This record gives sequence, C-alpha cells and structure tokens, in this order.
Amino acid sequence: MFERQLLWWSLAVAIPTALLPASAGAADPPAYAPVTEQRLTNPEPQNWLMYRRTYDGANYSPLNKINGSNVGNLVPVWTFATGVTEGHEAPPIVNNGVMFVATPQGQVLALDAKSGDLIWRYKRKLPEDLFQLHPTSRGVGLWQDKVYLATTDAYLVALDAKTGKEVWAKKIGDYQKGNYMTLAPQVIKGKVLVGSSGGELGIRGFVVAFDAQDGKELWRTYTIPGPGEPGHDTWKGDDWKTGGGSVWLTGNYDPQLNLAYWGVGNAAPWPGDAHPGDNLYTSSVIAIDPDTGKIKNHHQYHYNDAWDWDEVDPPILADLKVGGRDIKGLIHPGRNGYLWVLERGADKINYVAANPFVRQDVFSKIDPKTGRPEYNQAKVPAVGKTVTFCPSLWGGKDWPSASYSPQTGLLFIPANDNICGTMVGEKKPLVEGQLWLGADVDKLDLSKSQSGAPYIGELQAWNVAEGKKVWSQQFPQQLFASVLSTGGDLVFVGGTNDRYFRAFDAKTGKLLWQQKTNSGIMGNPVAFEVDGVQYIAVQSGWGVDGQRIQDSLAKIDPSVKPDVPQGGVIWVFALKQ
Amino acid sequence: MARPDKGDLLVYASGDKAHEVITLADLPVGGPPVMAWPMDPASKSLRDGSRLNQVVLVRLNAEDLDETTRAHSVDGVVAYSASCTHALCPVTGWNAEKHVLRCPCHNSEYDPRRAATVVFGPAPRPLPGLPLAVTDGALTAAGKFLGKVGQTS
Repeated sequence: MFERQLLWWSLAVAIPTALLPASAGAADPPAYAPVTEQRLTNPEPQNWLMYRRTYDGANYSPLNKINGSNVGNLVPVWTFATGVTEGHEAPPIVNNGVMFVATPQGQVLALDAKSGDLIWRYKRKLPEDLFQLHPTSRGVGLWQDKVYLATTDAYLVALDAKTGKEVWAKKIGDYQKGNYMTLAPQVIKGKVLVGSSGGELGIRGFVVAFDAQDGKELWRTYTIPGPGEPGHDTWKGDDWKTGGGSVWLTGNYDPQLNLAYWGVGNAAPWPGDAHPGDNLYTSSVIAIDPDTGKIKNHHQYHYNDAWDWDEVDPPILADLKVGGRDIKGLIHPGRNGYLWVLERGADKINYVAANPFVRQDVFSKIDPKTGRPEYNQAKVPAVGKTVTFCPSLWGGKDWPSASYSPQTGLLFIPANDNICGTMVGEKKPLVEGQLWLGADVDKLDLSKSQSGAPYIGELQAWNVAEGKKVWSQQFPQQLFASVLSTGGDLVFVGGTNDRYFRAFDAKTGKLLWQQKTNSGIMGNPVAFEVDGVQYIAVQSGWGVDGQRIQDSLAKIDPSVKPDVPQGGVIWVFALKQ
Repeated sequence: MARPDKGDLLVYASGDKAHEVITLADLPVGGPPVMAWPMDPASKSLRDGSRLNQVVLVRLNAEDLDETTRAHSVDGVVAYSASCTHALCPVTGWNAEKHVLRCPCHNSEYDPRRAATVVFGPAPRPLPGLPLAVTDGALTAAGKFLGKVGQTS
C-alpha cells in the first residue's frame, strides 16, 4: 500500500489536476473475479486465464480489434521492470484487468493490466544452496481466489490473488536430489497439476495433483512405470529409477474426454545404449485422468531417446478434417523435427500422419500404421561414439509453444532448421545433484547442416490437415519463443537475438510491425482487453536455452556475439489513439 | 553446516577413490581438476552436507599463477569453491587447451591461474578461492573460503 500511496502522490504533483481520475477509487485495483471451472473451460474473450489461454493449448485469442489494418499503429502503453535477470518465459496471465506475471527467482507480480501499477509483489525466499539449471518460470495457474506458482526449489505455492500472501506451500520433491519446477501449474476442476524437471540430474519424472483449496496431495503418477506397471518391461535393470522422463511444461486438457494431455521429457542419460529399451513414457504424450492420475493411453513419438529430444510440449487439441474424415486431432510439432498428427479417443491415441518440418537425418522410415520410426543407426548417439545429427539437441522446436488459429486453420511453429549437433557419448556414474548427461559437455557443438540454407530460425505456417507448409519467415539465427495468433489474423512472436517483437499477417506471413525491446523475448505473448481496449503483452528477458544456443552459435560463427542484454521487462502494447 | 576451515583435509568427492585423502602427488600438472569435499581432521567427518562446501582442485605450473593466486596455492595446486557463482551448478568442466574451469550448465568459464576470474559467460564474480597448505603430503585448507559462496539474490 505504501508504494501505491507514494505513486499516487507523485502523480498528483506531476500532472495537472484536470488529468487526474475523477475519484480516488479509480486507482484501486480492479475487483477480483474468482476463477471457476466454467471460466477455465470457456474463457471470456478479453481474458488469458491459463498458460496457453485455453485447455486445447492453441495459444490463440479471438480478439480482433488489433488486426492487419491497424497493427502498424501498435505502441507501448506501459512497461514494468521485473528487477531480475535470466529467462523470462512466462505469459502475463490476465483476469478481468488484473495481470499476474511470474519471473525467475520465484517472483510473482500482480499488476493493474490497464495502468501497469503494482498491486502486490511476491518473492519466494529460495535456499542459499539452490542450484538452478533453468532459472526461470513459465507462469502461474489460477483457481477461485488463488494463484499457483511452481518453484525451482520444488514447491507448489498457493497465493491469495488479492493480496499476494502465501496461503500454503507444498513440497513436491527434493531440490538437493535434482527435483525442480519451472512450469505453469494446470488447474482442472479444483485440482492443481504440476510435474518435476530434473531429467539431466537423474530423476524419475512424475505428474502430481494437489487439492487447490488446501494443498493436499491427491495423486502422483510417475512417467516411468515401476515394477508391475504396464510399460515397466520397456526398461532394463534399474535404469527406470534414474531414467528421466521429466515433466516441465503445462499439459492441455479435453473436458469431454476428461483427459489431460501431458508431454514427457527425454530418457536419461542421453546416449540410447545407456538405457536400452523403448523407455516408456519418455518422449511421449500421456493422457491422464485428472480425477485419479491414471494414464489412460499414450503415444510415444520416438523410442529409446538418444538425442535429448524431450517431447515435453503437449499436443494442441484441434478438430481436423484429414483425408475427408473428421477427427479429434492432437497436433505436435516435435523436438524430433516431425509434425505429428494424432487422433485422440477415450481409450486410444491413433497415429494419423507425420511430416518433417525441418531437415531431419535420424528417422529412416515411419511405420504408416503405428507411426513408429526406424532409425539410421549411424545417427544414434551411444557411449564411446561421436555422432552428429540434425536437428540439434534443441530440436526442430523446443519447449516454446506453437499456436493454432481455428479461424485460418493454420498452425504456426517457431522452428529451427539447418542446424545440427554433435554428441560425444560417455559413461559416467550419477553423482547426486550434478549434471548427468552421459555426454562430454565441452564437445556439444552445433554445426550448420549441409543444406547451405542461410537461415536457422523459421516461423512456419502449416495447413495441418493437408500436411502442407503455407508460408514461412526466416531468421539468420535461432528463433526461440512461443507464438500467439489472434482473431485479428495476426501472429506475434519474439525469439530472435536482435530483441525484436514482431507481428505477421497470419494468412500471408508478411511482416506488419516490429518493436525492438530491452532484451530478447522467449515467452508467450498474450492478448487481452480492458474497458473495451485490446492490448498485447509479453515479457522481454533473455536467458537459459536461448542464451545457451547463442553461446554455441558464437563458437561457429564470428558474426554472432554471445552478449544479448539481460533483465526482464513486461511490455504492454495498444493501438495509438 | 560449517564451511571448510583451516586444517581441513580434502578428499575425493566421487569415483574409485571417493572419500580418500588427496595428496599433492595425486594431482598431475596441467589438470584435469578434481572435485573434493573438506574433511574435519579430528572427527574425520565430511563437510558434505551442503553443495556450497564442495571444492575443485587443479594443479598448474606454479610460474603461470598470478601473485595473488600463488599466495594461496601449494606447488601450483589451487582450490576454489566448486559452486558456480551464476546459478550454483557444480563447476566440473575443464578446457585443457585454454586451462579454464567451465560450468557445464550455462557456460561460465573461470581462469584458475588468475584467482578464478570470469573469462566467459553469465557468472557475476570469481569462484571464491580456498587457501591451501600441505601437511605430511596431504593437501589441507589453510583458511576459510576467500569470499561468499551461495545465492546472492
């Protein structure tokens, strides 16, 4: 309150009285609207209530006041410095004019979405010995009058949405043993679902659900089956105990089937022969009954992962007409470089189609019935071998989310092409709390593919039903950010090391607008509306894997400088009046 | 958990010789580095309850060390906190050509010949050094860490 009073006073002395709001009440934060199952299932157009806005994971807003005819007039209306560095990967979450922004270092900011005034700030006291492999947060979840944050010291924290006061905090694992969280919690019918990162630290991944009200743990489902569970026989010996399968991105959800679709990370350590077998459910999508935690069905994109190709980004749920047949689709532009189309059902996930969307030299064949790939064995990293493969370990598309516009029927993929990686496999014992890659980290080099193509980053638009790329925009270096599409037929994305935030025509790919920001952008842009005015918001704050790629590219290309400025800022744009 | 202190022995943190005392003769000139835990010489208890106590040792040509570094070294052996000052990742990497300690998580590099000065990456400050002595051939701490270890924010 002190900060707000101070701000009020400074405004009062700085601005002529006639410009001040008519009443003191105008400076009060908007009344808080409790978040219900109905609102999460059918969110109002003006709001962005969850990580990808809707349960289908489309990263799409129907708002259309900002569109191709006027986006050139988009200007910043307010900014807010987060006060921390590292990767700002969270979308601003907006509920009726109140914005919640998660940042690195366990911070949540609540802001008046229209004015940019701070309502409250929460900052978790992180342990002094916390090792953060990924110092980031991908956002908060909402339910009723609470805000949920998953932390890098492996706690799920519930905050009072109106005050920012901590209501409860529940430990999900042991950070000293490699458990940590960076994902935005998923809220389904009063349950808060989160999962554990730590696949590079030898954990066994899981999804865990808590009662949203009191924080009671309701169920915990491991992504690697234990003895006696289906799929356990896809592991040898004790490999399952440290086999990875981490879960570090929010799932999607089908309310009709009552199934939550979560992506599962890579098998650990990296070389395939270090964990023989198919290794369920690594590099898979699993369909979880949110009431019980039971895995009802799954699809493994590729077995016995050896490339660090997490398939942790869950598929987008969309209705598609494929080959004249209407299907309830699952669309997944994979880290393995293939665009997967699957059909979801209550009991089964059916394979429909897969097409490479970047140059991929690992799969020699895809089984037309099951979708199971065959591998070019020369491209499979193993202990004692040096293998170069394409795409690199960061994949054709890493965790940043694609966007699906039901209005255009197009999928927008933040892809990286023409870039390969080398892995030198090594056998090393797991040391608790230390990086356990099974690869020589000093020799994890990137290289340009033989294609001679002059670009790496590529924003691609696909007609998924027809399996055709419709347009693309190319960038000389990496594109590493989630994508937003809107009812104004616009596509917004940052992700380049030149700090730009850009808008493209969704139908043609034409660049319509761009704004250079303070740092690089990696998180989801969002669209929202307050008092009839549409806004676009995004965090700019480079770090983590965007920077790791930058360092690696700088090694092979002298024109790439490793120094991309860091420090987070929330940007909010609207049309110039 | 008490931090390393004067007189502490240093033992291998892992591997075939895990928890064995590290002697001067164990370390070849030019690396590679060795990860170590301090051990209380009286109780023989390891100070391994916190990652902030972990130490990285490397032996270099004594004449290559700058004056400050040499003052805390023994026959070219230098010791530093193994917790990267960026995000506390254990500094386990070694570039043998450049003679730099490397954090495998976010690519920070430190020059062990110059008080672990940051030469690349996001680390905000050098690795705190641990002054060394030698007692009956075994490496020991000659004092506490020369700076703060742990999160700064």
